[in-house]
Amino acid sequence: MSPVDPNPPISPNPPEIAATLEAAWGEAPGLKGWFGSVDHKVIGIRYLFTAFAFLVVGGLEALVMRIQLARPDAAVLNPEQYDQLFSMHGVTMIFLYALPVLSGFSNYLWPLMLGSRDMAFPRMNALSFWLFLAAGIFLYLSFPFGAAPDGGWFNYVPNSSSEFSPGPNIDVYCLGLIFLGISTTVGSANFIVTLLRMRAPGMSINRLPIIVWGTMTASVANLFAVPAVSLACLFLWFDRNLGTHFFEVSGGGQPLLWQHLFWIFGHPWVYAIVLPAMGMVSDALPVHCRRPLVGYTLVAMATVATMVVGFGVWLHHMFATGVPTLALSFFSAASFVIAIPSAISVFAWIATIWTGRARITVPFLFFTSVILLFVIGGVSGVMTASLALDWQLTDTYFIVAHLHYVLIGINLFAVTGAIYHWFPKMSGRMMDERLGRWVFGLMFAGFNLAFLPMHWLGLAGMPRRVYTYGSDMGFSSTNLVVSIGAFLFAFGILLFFINIWLGRRSGRVAGPNPWDGPTLEWAISSPPPVYNFAVIPVIASRHPLWEERLGDTGEKSLFAEGFLLDRGKETLAVTPLDGEPDVILKMPGDSWLPFALSVALMPLFGGLLLHSVALGAFGGIATLIILIRWYAPGGDTAQDEAVRVYG
Amino acid sequence: MADAKTLDERLPVHGMGQIGTPWWGMLCLFATEGILFAYLIFSYAYLGSQGFQAWPPTGGPPSLSLAIPATVLLVGSSFVLEFAKRRARTGDIALARVALVIGILMGAGFIALGLKEWSDRPFSLSTDSYSSIYFVLTGTHLAHVALGLIALTVLLVWSMTGRIAPGHEQHRSLITLYWHFVDVVWLFVFATVYLAPRLA
Repeated sequence: MSPVDPNPPISPNPPEIAATLEAAWGEAPGLKGWFGSVDHKVIGIRYLFTAFAFLVVGGLEALVMRIQLARPDAAVLNPEQYDQLFSMHGVTMIFLYALPVLSGFSNYLWPLMLGSRDMAFPRMNALSFWLFLAAGIFLYLSFPFGAAPDGGWFNYVPNSSSEFSPGPNIDVYCLGLIFLGISTTVGSANFIVTLLRMRAPGMSINRLPIIVWGTMTASVANLFAVPAVSLACLFLWFDRNLGTHFFEVSGGGQPLLWQHLFWIFGHPWVYAIVLPAMGMVSDALPVHCRRPLVGYTLVAMATVATMVVGFGVWLHHMFATGVPTLALSFFSAASFVIAIPSAISVFAWIATIWTGRARITVPFLFFTSVILLFVIGGVSGVMTASLALDWQLTDTYFIVAHLHYVLIGINLFAVTGAIYHWFPKMSGRMMDERLGRWVFGLMFAGFNLAFLPMHWLGLAGMPRRVYTYGSDMGFSSTNLVVSIGAFLFAFGILLFFINIWLGRRSGRVAGPNPWDGPTLEWAISSPPPVYNFAVIPVIASRHPLWEERLGDTGEKSLFAEGFLLDRGKETLAVTPLDGEPDVILKMPGDSWLPFALSVALMPLFGGLLLHSVALGAFGGIATLIILIRWYAPGGDTAQDEAVRVYG
Repeated sequence: MADAKTLDERLPVHGMGQIGTPWWGMLCLFATEGILFAYLIFSYAYLGSQGFQAWPPTGGPPSLSLAIPATVLLVGSSFVLEFAKRRARTGDIALARVALVIGILMGAGFIALGLKEWSDRPFSLSTDSYSSIYFVLTGTHLAHVALGLIALTVLLVWSMTGRIAPGHEQHRSLITLYWHFVDVVWLFVFATVYLAPRLA
């Protein structure tokens, strides 16, 4: 069978240059190459794989809960087990799946889309992955001991104080989130500096793909939001282990301080786990509609605006806690306002479909379903922005329905569509379209069957987080439907994984640009060479591969000539706004340090958890030694270098 | 026929200051650390405004007798280290090392005064919400100073053993920049803990 796209890549890869670059950029042999890889594509795929593994774990937890809730007065789980399951389900999906899966995509795609060879800090990139994995393992090691977090994903005090939750469960939560927060922060800083500096010449900010805008916005938000939850966790850990009074009422502590700090983090985080996914839709949907995105500038600005307003709505999670009326009104109004930037993207997508020539591919089906599910989740969000309604609906299944529509609707459906869209780039092969339609059908039907009726359950007064309900309460048949839907949805996801596996094994060969996309990642072979671009292109427009057909009269992007950078492992950095060539960067090779640092943090956090000074000190000193080693000055002190070009 | 060629133009390798990437990474660190202290100060204000009638609840505002010398030491050390950095850049390594040692000693003095102040307090970490936030706010800052001291000491060792070549100025610049940051943060912590209660 011939490849879907039989043409050679637009970006040239002359064999003599490829050999030089391969020698400089290729992975180290053996274990060092595996544990020490700093290739953003390897790290991106590891992120995706690990995030999907956590999705499966979190999904299985949900299925066990749905077995329990399928009928009234069930006794599959006792209350303690149920508490741990719903807490770990939330923690897993929100912290270990939703953001990491987007980081995986961004890691893989950014340098390809930006026309660069790697992220700004390749070793920190590896570090953020290993830390994510280590923190996930740290949280899950507690599971077999029955000591997993059991205070819900937002872990309110005083329920989670030592008085009402004496075991180690909540300490695992506190330390695990601080641990994971380091990974998020390191990753975010890397994305920001990569965006500012690691682009092809000419890739000015008005030419960036929207997914870059989305991830950049999320990353800036993470830098500002993550310390709030880390601090809250630190306070709580102090309260529980050292007898402080941050939240303990007896010594003048304030339980609501937890909620403030948690939601100052939590609400921006919600946008952090949807904006990059919305970016995927904004970039990939137009490809399947065979036209550029409608309203690029508006969508880019709306992305940033959503996050700015997103920092001013945290109190709407606390409407029922007795905060002053003035504050309630302000935050209620802000919560209404935030619908406006979100809606801009929705209208832009609809207009793109309307005015384009859509191909009904599997990615197209997923991306259009995002629009529908986002509107449903958005409308239930606007409903609960209203104080009067929120007081009735808070802590009911209506909220559960709302948050799953938003998170699964915008995150998981967008991600699944994005896998179908970018899988050919990552693997060089296509996923089967016919099986993909089954996957879509099952996931879409199962999802709506599972979560739409939850709205009614909430309106009928079923509280969230109850481990069972009586047969006389009128929730029974609806809950059975929800459980059936959940299993149908899970079956769809299973089929999705089979689809990936089959595609990898025997999918049709894709060629460089099977979807006929306009952005830079489609200008190189699939899968891309380890150094991405043999010749760094020079960018002149937002759609470098569509310039002919769009009739751009201005300058054309250059692929056949550009910067060469073939003296060792090096790449180009540009000025932050205009993308002018600024400096040559010598990039670090494969290294044990990121893996070692993540391992060293395990005894540090383990020591804190088990109150073992020796273990903690060991971890702390090991961390310090690795960090000093990391930043030690290298041998290379060349001040400048002659520019080498091709063409 | 396309081929590879070398131009007469040159581009800097790695680059100093804003041209290199580490400077931008350091700025990200400042952003996230700065906001961490903002949340700490928010928590201080929240606990102070929601709980007790008087804040601090006992004994009035903390004494300035150690805090002011400590502040002078820390702010002074920033100037000394900036001097050291500029001397090193002009090649006067011996003077730079002397200034670096003086800067480290001033930083160590700040930590010593901070610990002395801690031990003089009539309350302990677990007394009440004020004592909790007092120790954690000043403690978080002290930890940052301690980390800076370790970095400066490592820098001194690298300098003495000849690991820092003229092409490695970035290391010295960034550690000094970090020290300035920790210094500025102290001014906010100082204003919160020592000055704000005097305004009430």
